[in-house]
Amino acid sequence: MRQLNERSAHIGEYPEFSVGFSDSEILAMWTKWSHNCEFEKCAADAIRNGHIKIPAYLSLGSEHIPVALSSVIQGYNIFAQHRAHSYYLSFGGDPLALIDELFGLPTGCTGGRGGSASINNPHIKMWGHSGLMGDQVPIGVGYAIASGEPTLVVMGDASAEEDYVLSAIGYAATKLAPVIFICEDNDLSILTKIETRRSWNLSDVSASFGVPSFDISDDPRLIVRTVEKVKRSLPGLINIRCCRDVWHAGAGNDGSPEWNRREMFREALDVRRLTGEAESIGESEASKMKLLWSTRINEVFG
Amino acid sequence: MTTTAEMIAERTQRLLTEDNGLLFGQCVTAVGWVGGSIPPLSEGDGIVELSMADVAGASIAVGAALSGRRCIYVIRYQGFLWYNAASLVNYAAKSKFMWEIPCPIMVRSISMDGSIGPVASGSHHGMVGRMPGLAIAAPITPGEWSDVFDWWMEHDDPIYVSESRKSFTVDYELSDGSHPVPDVTLIGIGASRLNMAEVQSNLEKQGLTVNIFHQVWLKPFVASSRLLESVVASRVCLIVDSDFEDCSIAKTIAFELMHASRKQVHVLGLEERAAGFSAASDNTTPSGHKIFQKVNSLLQVKECENDGD
Repeated sequence: MRQLNERSAHIGEYPEFSVGFSDSEILAMWTKWSHNCEFEKCAADAIRNGHIKIPAYLSLGSEHIPVALSSVIQGYNIFAQHRAHSYYLSFGGDPLALIDELFGLPTGCTGGRGGSASINNPHIKMWGHSGLMGDQVPIGVGYAIASGEPTLVVMGDASAEEDYVLSAIGYAATKLAPVIFICEDNDLSILTKIETRRSWNLSDVSASFGVPSFDISDDPRLIVRTVEKVKRSLPGLINIRCCRDVWHAGAGNDGSPEWNRREMFREALDVRRLTGEAESIGESEASKMKLLWSTRINEVFG
Repeated sequence: MTTTAEMIAERTQRLLTEDNGLLFGQCVTAVGWVGGSIPPLSEGDGIVELSMADVAGASIAVGAALSGRRCIYVIRYQGFLWYNAASLVNYAAKSKFMWEIPCPIMVRSISMDGSIGPVASGSHHGMVGRMPGLAIAAPITPGEWSDVFDWWMEHDDPIYVSESRKSFTVDYELSDGSHPVPDVTLIGIGASRLNMAEVQSNLEKQGLTVNIFHQVWLKPFVASSRLLESVVASRVCLIVDSDFEDCSIAKTIAFELMHASRKQVHVLGLEERAAGFSAASDNTTPSGHKIFQKVNSLLQVKECENDGD
């Protein structure tokens, strides 16, 4: 059982967790990660410049979590909530359709109705969210039970406190629903820390329901290895301790995050002598994404 | 003759065994099988016993309905809707507009109509009535229930079916009145319709002519030409509901009818207070006697107005 306020970039690590990844696998993750990161940086600029007028929930700081997930699970139904741009992008969503969605255009991936918080895309089996925090958890469980299809359900550490979330996880255990529950645990509900809100860990409660549960940090290699374990026998739950780089909504920030996973991963790439490839990928994704955004902004706003 | 409960069970059985449907609910396979309205099938056949978590349970059923399988969700006491409504009105009702994905869930929500206290007793179709995207019907007879079920099977919309336990033993059909110039038009909703024959009989003893209309579809509400003609021709028009009066579907229907007919349309429903357990403090669907008294008081007011003219 972990201490409730245990916050570290190394929770759940074990000696061999980073072993066994090929250079191409690592660079593939870095490419998708850069893709997400640069998209969100451009979105932040678009918020500051007034091109995005709706509330937008950027995934900067946790944009690599779906990158890791998408490298080990494919074809799952995805039930997420707000802060899910990177899930959409990582699982194959068209970035231009998401830009249009954030601009409120009918050509958006949800026809302009879903905005940032309710992304829906049947092509990647991503289901929209109603706006009731956490209701994607029981809805995803119901979908998994009725369809028998593997399902990825994503929540935040605040949504995990909704009573119906806990009972849905318990019911998934009872019915052996084929669900992987992911909790992106950034320790914050708006700005209120977990220790102020509750005295329990989600992974402890989930384990007590009989759901194999893990509490780990957000190193993508550790996420990959944990998902590989979890998906052998569903349901399973992974609480991933991560950092939110920007405010709950919008593009502001309150200084440096507790840890910078992207910098830490870049150092790991250096150790593997992949510095040059990593820089080249980062620059390429940045320039592609800037061009995509600027072209669309010119088309829409002149 | 088939009862309403038997009709519900029969149509449900066919949905589960022939059309790959599912039925979700709490304690639905317990003693009584919800008044005999649940077919005696197993989980393997498609009956899914939920945990006692109301909010999660309704949401699980909504998620199941997204999968393309027709799902019935049973709420054994309509008052439990206060917990259950969250995903029904915020996901199922909005799914088609928001995401162009239908969520065809049928919510069977059952009122007990008395003797069970402040939460579980009455009908609450008004509660979900304000959310666009959710059809609402209140069938009483076996034929009405079957028609509502057919509508649901032919459409891809969610529907809220406001049922009453008192309807489960009904084994006959009800037809609308057809008097060309009635003194009184009564429009019944839900279990109140089971009290209308008594009211009609007592009013006719007073020499009055009465048309009774059985309003099965509450939302969307479409007034038939026969109903409008009857309202226009009547001295008194009263809608009787088994839900509360204020902020109710009955008042919404009255509003629509008044605009269409330019006649006053009155409403009688549950009293504006909670229901206690004792007979003296209970708060049930207006009885035949109460409806009769209300009609007579409206007639008296009408006569006073005429005298004033």
